Amino acid sequence: MTAVSDVSSHAIARARWRPAEIAFWILALSCAFLFPSRYLIMTDILRLALFTLSLDLILGYAGIVSLGHAAFFGVGAYSAGLLALHGIINEPVIALVVAGLIAMALGFLTSFLVIRGVDLTRLMVTLGIALLLEALAERFSNITGGTDGLQGIEMQPILGVFAFDMFGKTGFFYSLIVLFLLFLLARRIVNSPFGLSLRAIKNNPLRASAIGVPVNRRLIAIYTVAAFYAGIAGALFTQTTALASLDVFAFERSADLMLVLVIGGTGYLYGGLIGAVVFKMLQELFQTITPQYWLFWIGLVLVVMVLVGRERIHRWVLWGPNLVIRQIFGRKAGVAVPESDAP
Amino acid sequence: MTIALETRGLEKSFGGLRVTRDLSLKVEQGARHALIGPNGAGKTTVINLLTGVLKPNAGQILLEGNDITDLAVHKRVLRGLSRTFQINQLYADLTPLETVGLAVSERLGRGGDWWRRMGTRGDVNQEIAETLGRFHLLDVMNERTATLPYGKQRLLEIAVAIATRPRVLLLDEPAAGVPESERHDILAAVAALPRDVTVLLIEHDMDLVFSFADRISVLVNGAMLVEGPPDEVARDPQVKAVYLGEAADA
Repeated sequence: MTAVSDVSSHAIARARWRPAEIAFWILALSCAFLFPSRYLIMTDILRLALFTLSLDLILGYAGIVSLGHAAFFGVGAYSAGLLALHGIINEPVIALVVAGLIAMALGFLTSFLVIRGVDLTRLMVTLGIALLLEALAERFSNITGGTDGLQGIEMQPILGVFAFDMFGKTGFFYSLIVLFLLFLLARRIVNSPFGLSLRAIKNNPLRASAIGVPVNRRLIAIYTVAAFYAGIAGALFTQTTALASLDVFAFERSADLMLVLVIGGTGYLYGGLIGAVVFKMLQELFQTITPQYWLFWIGLVLVVMVLVGRERIHRWVLWGPNLVIRQIFGRKAGVAVPESDAP
Repeated sequence: MTIALETRGLEKSFGGLRVTRDLSLKVEQGARHALIGPNGAGKTTVINLLTGVLKPNAGQILLEGNDITDLAVHKRVLRGLSRTFQINQLYADLTPLETVGLAVSERLGRGGDWWRRMGTRGDVNQEIAETLGRFHLLDVMNERTATLPYGKQRLLEIAVAIATRPRVLLLDEPAAGVPESERHDILAAVAALPRDVTVLLIEHDMDLVFSFADRISVLVNGAMLVEGPPDEVARDPQVKAVYLGEAADA
């Protein structure tokens, strides 16, 4: 029956790897060899990309807004720091996963507060939770080191083989591999029936429950997964910088995150990655030109971007690459655009 | 005759306003039952009570003899009670394929699968294709719902409800706002609903009601006024008064 094969091919088409995606990851890997002197900033971008990917999962797919995503980043960061500092788990990869799981547990517990209410309530609840944790970290300074942060973290070699070096080369490859694996997992999740139900909930929660979707259970699930991602990003931060201080919980971190995702676009997974690259490069650029007032320029870019419309900017930016891709792979190929930007 | 859907002494008030008054309704298995009433009679509230969007202040709702009064919306759907919406409540960004696919996945209990990609289960694909085919949606299955003609969207509305395999289907004004040219498809789709599905039609359009229903309940001010077969209801002086009165006001 042709109708059935049509259905299956259309349904799978969404999950198919596009040439542009493969190009994107090859480009990411090749950066390691193109800019061997910039490992530290590139690692910084990778961590931010992973962190933003986490926000995209809840905001771009399930429509949950958050101004306190740093809560999970922070918990992941301190967990990794404490595990290493007290020698509880010395192997970084295992410690990374454990730190992610701790953040995940917190995500699960707080999800019940977050799924109640609508956007404004959620903004306030998530913000509140992050502030609470920041205050707790300051109060229990005997554990967290208070305002000084965790001092003297020494990282053991990854898998007992790859030692962290002062140029950040190991850290970069480590972060890139972690980001790529978690990206694959996220890609799998959003293209599954579960991911589809999230998009339905974001579109219309009432309608979703009217066709049998357990809305709250799905939101709890994705919020918990996102907390795991954010926790891993935080743990990577601690492991690659050997540092964990109170600012991991800072409001600015959550707010910047929203900015990064707005720059990159929501709901197609690459938004967080592209946004992270653009954001960090703009930050670098503006900080070189005007060290004191770089925030002014970032703000200006944001305002212009919202006014012009991200769709148009994407079309301008992608015009060149798409032209090349279509020459090579045929007319139908092209770079993925965010769902909201699709014609 | 077995009763598919029943309410007993259903009450709902918003503040001091009693919008549903001691409503007892029995819908027989396989029936084509219509619930009519003038504007503001509380028809939508009844639907919201039946589907669980609103909780009644008093009374019971029974689906095939089981009390579902306190069940959550999505659980009633899994028990076999589905509805369509008067104003399209579809997923603007999803395609008909995805919309129907979601309903099928949820019904089969696979909606929480996070590892399997959409489109890789043969039985799900088969059912999606059948449902889309039955409602003439195959040619538009890969287009965003928001871009579909209104008539197609109304068809999708019914298709999604049917994809949940309901035993009782609540149709809330299925032809509302559909242009004359596309009306026929909707009416045909409604007429072609499987006989074993019990249908409760909530409708304004008297032509549709009298051509479709084998039993009619008239709701006025939240209370049941008259119930009976169509010819009886049409002759009833009280019903005439309500509808003529409304017509005289208009």
